[in-house]
Amino acid sequence: MAGITSYGAYVPLWRLSREAIMKGLRGEKSIRNFDEDSTTMAVAAAIDCLKGKDRAAIDGLFFATTTAPYKEKQIATTIAAAADLRQDIITADFTNSLRAGTAALRAALDAVKAGSVKQMLVVGADCRMGAPGTDFEQNCGDGAAALLIGDSGVAAEINAWHSVSSEIHDVWRRDDDEFIRAWEDRFSYSKGYLNTVTQTVTAMMEKAGIGPGDVARAVIAAPTPRIHGEVSRKLGFDPKTQVQPHLFDIMGNTGAAYPLMLLVAALEDAQPGDRLLLNSYGNGSDALVLQATGQIGETGARRGMKVHLETKRIVDDYRIYLQWRGLLVFEAQPTPPGGLLSASALFRDRNQVYPLHGLKCKNCGGVHYPPQRVCPKCRSKDRFDEERLSDKMGKIYTFSADNLCSRREAPRVTAIVDFEGGGRMATIMTDRVLEEIEVGMPVEMSFRKLVSQDGMHNYGWKSVPLRS
Amino acid sequence: MPGIRDRVAIVGMGCTRFGELWDKSDQDMMVESCHEALEDAGIDLKEIQAAWLGIQGAETGCSGARLSRALKTDYIPVTRVENYCATGIEAFRGAAYAVAAGIYDIALACGAEKLKDSGATGLTQMGGEPQFGSWVWAPIVAPARFALSATRYFHTYGLTPQEGKEMLARIAVKNHRNGSLNHRAHFQREITMEQALNAPMIAWPLGLYDCCGVSDGSAAAIVTRPDIAKRIRDDYVMIKALAISCGGGPQGVIADDYDYIHVDEIVRSGKMAYEEAGIKDPRKEVDIAEIHDCFTITEVLICEDLGFTTRGGYNQDSMAGTFNMDGEVAVNIDGGLKCFGHPIGASGLRMIFESYLQLQGKAGPRQLKDPKFGVAQNYGGLPGGGVSGVAIIGARD
Repeated sequence: MAGITSYGAYVPLWRLSREAIMKGLRGEKSIRNFDEDSTTMAVAAAIDCLKGKDRAAIDGLFFATTTAPYKEKQIATTIAAAADLRQDIITADFTNSLRAGTAALRAALDAVKAGSVKQMLVVGADCRMGAPGTDFEQNCGDGAAALLIGDSGVAAEINAWHSVSSEIHDVWRRDDDEFIRAWEDRFSYSKGYLNTVTQTVTAMMEKAGIGPGDVARAVIAAPTPRIHGEVSRKLGFDPKTQVQPHLFDIMGNTGAAYPLMLLVAALEDAQPGDRLLLNSYGNGSDALVLQATGQIGETGARRGMKVHLETKRIVDDYRIYLQWRGLLVFEAQPTPPGGLLSASALFRDRNQVYPLHGLKCKNCGGVHYPPQRVCPKCRSKDRFDEERLSDKMGKIYTFSADNLCSRREAPRVTAIVDFEGGGRMATIMTDRVLEEIEVGMPVEMSFRKLVSQDGMHNYGWKSVPLRS
Repeated sequence: MPGIRDRVAIVGMGCTRFGELWDKSDQDMMVESCHEALEDAGIDLKEIQAAWLGIQGAETGCSGARLSRALKTDYIPVTRVENYCATGIEAFRGAAYAVAAGIYDIALACGAEKLKDSGATGLTQMGGEPQFGSWVWAPIVAPARFALSATRYFHTYGLTPQEGKEMLARIAVKNHRNGSLNHRAHFQREITMEQALNAPMIAWPLGLYDCCGVSDGSAAAIVTRPDIAKRIRDDYVMIKALAISCGGGPQGVIADDYDYIHVDEIVRSGKMAYEEAGIKDPRKEVDIAEIHDCFTITEVLICEDLGFTTRGGYNQDSMAGTFNMDGEVAVNIDGGLKCFGHPIGASGLRMIFESYLQLQGKAGPRQLKDPKFGVAQNYGGLPGGGVSGVAIIGARD
């Protein structure tokens, strides 16, 4: 039986206190740093999911988002490259709907069932923007989740599925819209969300031959906390014992990634035999039934939702949020941080840029980055093995913090990082609190957007303090 | 290897005032420094048989014609060179070596840089590593690069941030005091320890006064064989050593055993130059050291790398006044990069100019008593992968 064999998640370190948006608002929502986007969050979730897994055994990656940084250029390939997957794999982006996450899951499941792939990685990430002052702004959070789909070592089987398609303009963004648009909320709720979800979940339960009482956890990705409560009750679930918490108070609705993230949170608490129901909505609805197996506690140490939600820093200045979103623009950067972009050079250097491969010398054993033709230690030529540095821990050898960069980042922390097992890298440090940085501080690597210029986004690895 | 010692003489030098020269282009400055050198030597432009131009900025073209068009030379060869912050010394080296090789009798070296047309308050990314696609090291701005050494220096020698900052502040105060005696310097004001310590932070732990200014300027030198020099003037000055070392060994940012508190290129260029000049104990024999204080921490590393003090010994020695104008080695007696800024192509020649004046006894309020050797040294790039240039000049026999 095919199902989920591993899972992971990523929630940005930063939470915007809703009080910062407007006095009297409660709770927090997760917000991406200025150097994060759906691609980088997806990479973090994918790597979390693949901890302890053989990355060479993954046959494909489906990426789901409504906030792709490109309209034309696949994102799944960037994530696959950064996660150091093979090149002979199937990749695709699922987009344009908040159901993209479950759509990708369904496609992966079908592919595994059909035997065309053995293991497929499904990653969802989103960072939608509500216009300042709207409910969407308050409710939308940023985050990512990843599920590994396969048919051996399954931790949660997927037993039943029902989908409904619905052509409606209730919530949408035009191709050139920055912010979410919506029709009047009474219409959107009754003819859009409630109608469709009820129809879908009811039909799915009939298909599976189960009633609400057979469900241990109902995982419902609703657009607002109020609707979440209403629909749970309407479907016959006890909000206290059966319904997976919606996380609006500490994270928010994370778009196409939201159902997957809630599912990961539910899987973290699931016991063998538990039956889970997952529902997503967006121009129709997907509903599926999963059942945890005896493997459910065996996926190993993941940060998942728990650690990522527990570790956080609060942003209580609304201007910082606007700045990170690009809605409040300071002066142009005095020195472009990424230097010049060249598609051909980026292609040539892809192994050192995306999966952060350094070289290990076959002669002296020294590890170095970026790759050189001649070993900096023993000077032997072209005798190296590639070594992935992106998942290595490191320590700060020395650092500086300069105020010459843009005010968005000032001061920029440059940290010289020595990797466990050898190798050194000059890094930019992110998600850091200046006063806490010291020589010897342990760090790990995080895939980030370095610069956007010349119509391209340039990604690479930065160092961050340990997230735990 | 015969080396350059005592084979080439300097017979004329010129140096503009350094500063924010809004009314002058790089070519205006070239004309001024070169004509001052010609007047100093008392020779005509027509007697120059070849020239070397040291200039780093890409916006000033990529050819020696920048100088030939400015001076209107008579179709002589002009070679443009760049070698990071050692660009000025590199130009000087080219002219001196051509004379030593016997190819030309009289050659000109000119360094110039127009930094203040960029609109940036600091250095732009000019002359950095090509950064196509990958994220390696060029994006690290210069103050941040050298701040890495300061952080590690404090850590290694157990200096508290306050003690470390005080060590650096003393350098700023010393160099500003020296610069206050130099009418060619960009900054000619003394500063106090309090000013230096309380200045705005540029790149932790380097504050405003730990960083050199951003200035325009030009300097030039005319070199010839000693037999010709004798006919031109009595007080010509001799070249004792020229050395360039380019990092290519264990590159600092790559090699995980690099310590960030010394620079191999500087050590090596110093060794080469001392050997060529016949200097055995630099602390005792060198009178003037114009060294690359682009940041105060850099002066610390260089004094240790060039043997003016022991490893980790700078702080003690600087408190004892060893590097003051009246100390054992007068370091940056003209005010240094701290007061002159660092118009890259010009700096090396500006440093040689100070030793030239001192050796001729023409350094005015800064004049030392009977100096024998003057060292000029520049360093650019990232430790282990950068460039250090050293020029040593001395009095004629």
